[in-house]
Amino acid sequence: MGQVPALIVEDKMLTQSISIMEYLEETYPQNPLLPKEPLLRAKVREICEVIGSGIQPLQNLSVLQKIGDEKMEWGHYYINKGFFALEQLLAGCAGKYSVGDQVTLADCCLVPQVYNANRFKVDMSQFPIISRIHEALNSVEAFKAAQPSNQPDCPEDLK
Amino acid sequence: MTTPKPILYSYFRSSCSWRVRIVLAHKSIDYEYRPIHLLKKEQVSDEYTKVNPMGQVPALIVEDKMLTQSISIMEYLEETYPQNPLLPKEPLLRAKVREICEVIGSGIQPLQNLSVLQKIGDEKMEWGHYYINKGFFALEQLLAGCAGKYSVGDQVTLADCCLVPQVYNANRWILSLLCKKKDRNYGSV
Repeated sequence: MGQVPALIVEDKMLTQSISIMEYLEETYPQNPLLPKEPLLRAKVREICEVIGSGIQPLQNLSVLQKIGDEKMEWGHYYINKGFFALEQLLAGCAGKYSVGDQVTLADCCLVPQVYNANRFKVDMSQFPIISRIHEALNSVEAFKAAQPSNQPDCPEDLK
Repeated sequence: MTTPKPILYSYFRSSCSWRVRIVLAHKSIDYEYRPIHLLKKEQVSDEYTKVNPMGQVPALIVEDKMLTQSISIMEYLEETYPQNPLLPKEPLLRAKVREICEVIGSGIQPLQNLSVLQKIGDEKMEWGHYYINKGFFALEQLLAGCAGKYSVGDQVTLADCCLVPQVYNANRWILSLLCKKKDRNYGSV
């Protein structure tokens, strides 16, 4: 299908980041990323979907290439719109992190989307809750390890 | 004291609402249906945005809490109503079901929903057709590796709940493009 990410496990290929994340959560139960309580689990997934289906697909590479010259305005528009919705959602469930005080899959979706928001010059001062959570997550070791600048294929000038 | 029935805010032709309706029916969950007419902009009415500030359907009210995002709602129903399960037990098969849900739910549907089409404007029909077509080529390849009688093996799963509404949209798009070519107006929602 020509996209990333893809995860090869037991000689099987999995695609779609949310599906991969759920698989890892189910098969590697250490340091859980979903709460136990069903409504809180639903809240985590809701945030993942707001980002994963409500924002990211509208500003991914292939869509921007199709949009052409107005891609920056398009990407900015959809991230901005999505972040207004996300900020309201988080107002009802965030603690130290997106849902309560433990890191969840929602946080795994939030950090990369904030990175993109900055690339599209979204005014993050409009989103104090997202900004606060993002700041808190930046000091979590797993999030540092996953940063683009720490990946083997990151160009030197972007490190 | 009996637990109140879940309340589903839905539009009859919203594919995301439809997915949830399939799950509710498959599990024989009794619920209250509250229609929200998207073309009349009821989703952004004061009354509805008090319920759902994001102004979208579906929304499910359970235990006085509001859930949005169809995939999240479907996973919640799967976890809390275990009868007639819609996810296999085996982790890689579960992943395959979710993969198909996401190919449709993030790879196709967001590119052809009402608000995006309104932003695209005059070329909306070609745009919607392009993304459904593209997504279905990917989906067909995926299904080649996992489908049995249904999308993943021989039992109905959440993947099937996403597939059927998307095929409905695909057919409406073909019809809309044909009508456009014949200069007929055919609503997109």
